[in-house]
Amino acid sequence: MSEKQPSIHFRLDPRSGIAPYRQLVDQVRSAVEMGRLRGGDQLPSVRQVVTQVTINPNTVHRAYRELESLGLAEGRLGLGTFITENPVIHTTEAGNVELTRQLQLWVKRARAAGIVDDDMLELLRRILNRDERVSS
Amino acid sequence: MPVIETNGLSKRFGRKWGLRDCSLSIPAGKVAALVGPNGAGKSTLLRMAAGLSRPTSGEINVLGEVPIGNGASLLKRVGYLDQERPLYRGFRVDEMFRFGEGTNPTWNMTTAHTYVEQLGISLRDRVNNLSGGQQAQVALTICLAKQPELLILDEPAAELDPVAREDLLRLLMREVAERGTSVVLSTHALGDVGSICDYLVIMSHSTIVLADDLEFVVESHRFLSATSPSGRELPEGVTVIDTRSSSRDVTYLVRMTLPLVDETWEITEPTLDEIIMAYLRLARESPSTSSRHESPSTQGQIS
Repeated sequence: MSEKQPSIHFRLDPRSGIAPYRQLVDQVRSAVEMGRLRGGDQLPSVRQVVTQVTINPNTVHRAYRELESLGLAEGRLGLGTFITENPVIHTTEAGNVELTRQLQLWVKRARAAGIVDDDMLELLRRILNRDERVSS
Repeated sequence: MPVIETNGLSKRFGRKWGLRDCSLSIPAGKVAALVGPNGAGKSTLLRMAAGLSRPTSGEINVLGEVPIGNGASLLKRVGYLDQERPLYRGFRVDEMFRFGEGTNPTWNMTTAHTYVEQLGISLRDRVNNLSGGQQAQVALTICLAKQPELLILDEPAAELDPVAREDLLRLLMREVAERGTSVVLSTHALGDVGSICDYLVIMSHSTIVLADDLEFVVESHRFLSATSPSGRELPEGVTVIDTRSSSRDVTYLVRMTLPLVDETWEITEPTLDEIIMAYLRLARESPSTSSRHESPSTQGQIS
């Protein structure tokens, strides 16, 4: 097989409790945000992915479909799946900075109030779960 | 067409039921996991699907055919790997392959050679001298070289070290990716279920407790918890699978038939492991002597 080096090497944490397809989607999204993946980059083929990580090929298809519906990737017939030329990233660079700053401030306050890191994570998890429920 | 379809399938061994009134329909193109405690009937079901055992009553169809009596035509289309991974210990790998070629009309020798080569196994190696992991890989390779439409694997990765099991499962996933082979496998490793499977069958006490698309399984279960639960009623349409209570609060794992629109309970999403464990625990707690094991009882209300 003379396939070229993959543009991204996926990882999978079966203990995380996060659905495997979601883990792949998040890794691509984060790679795009960090600039490690750029518009026009080809994502590894499903066959390549199943040699990188132990994963069901249907799950990889599912993740790629999700990336397409998010506007991050596009399928090109007979060629594969590519990062779109101007990938839509939902939070803007500036928005990210501001959100990060606010979160840092919040963490500072939480620490001052004696909340330990694990409890902060738990709190965030609860809030995220509740949001999911509202949106679904 | 489903790859395995059963209707009221039962198998009795003397006075004991190995499988009782199982109705199941596993769609094609899936990697289906059978999980459940030892003695739940997983191997019994798989052996009947492979045509090695005759039902006491009920029906089973595999790829649209009745496994028993249709032996020859179905045998070509199904690859079955026993828990024991039968290999001829004194044979060399290439001798096992030639044997496979002689007994299987659809045998692909190139596939067999490529796979073992990639796994670092020499064709000249004797089966006896291979590690447990390599023996499992050779046994699976023999199954794959038949180029079956359906693979039935009874605990294919049991007793393998972590690297060997990963190699084995990747070999399997590659096959699924390249040929679209349907797979039905039994396993005790819950971690594998979430990553390689997309259909789940939970068995206990010789029957099927749950069978569905993996994604739907996760979507249809939730934790409901409350700090002062007395007098509070569970939302409509939920079935309690597991209850955990402390002096302060109570948490139920429930299966829902309707979307939850309840504001009085705190709702969180369980992980797949938590869901499976709850069903397995439920199975252990309900008496194994019960002749009619219904799927989880509706213990809906709280006193």
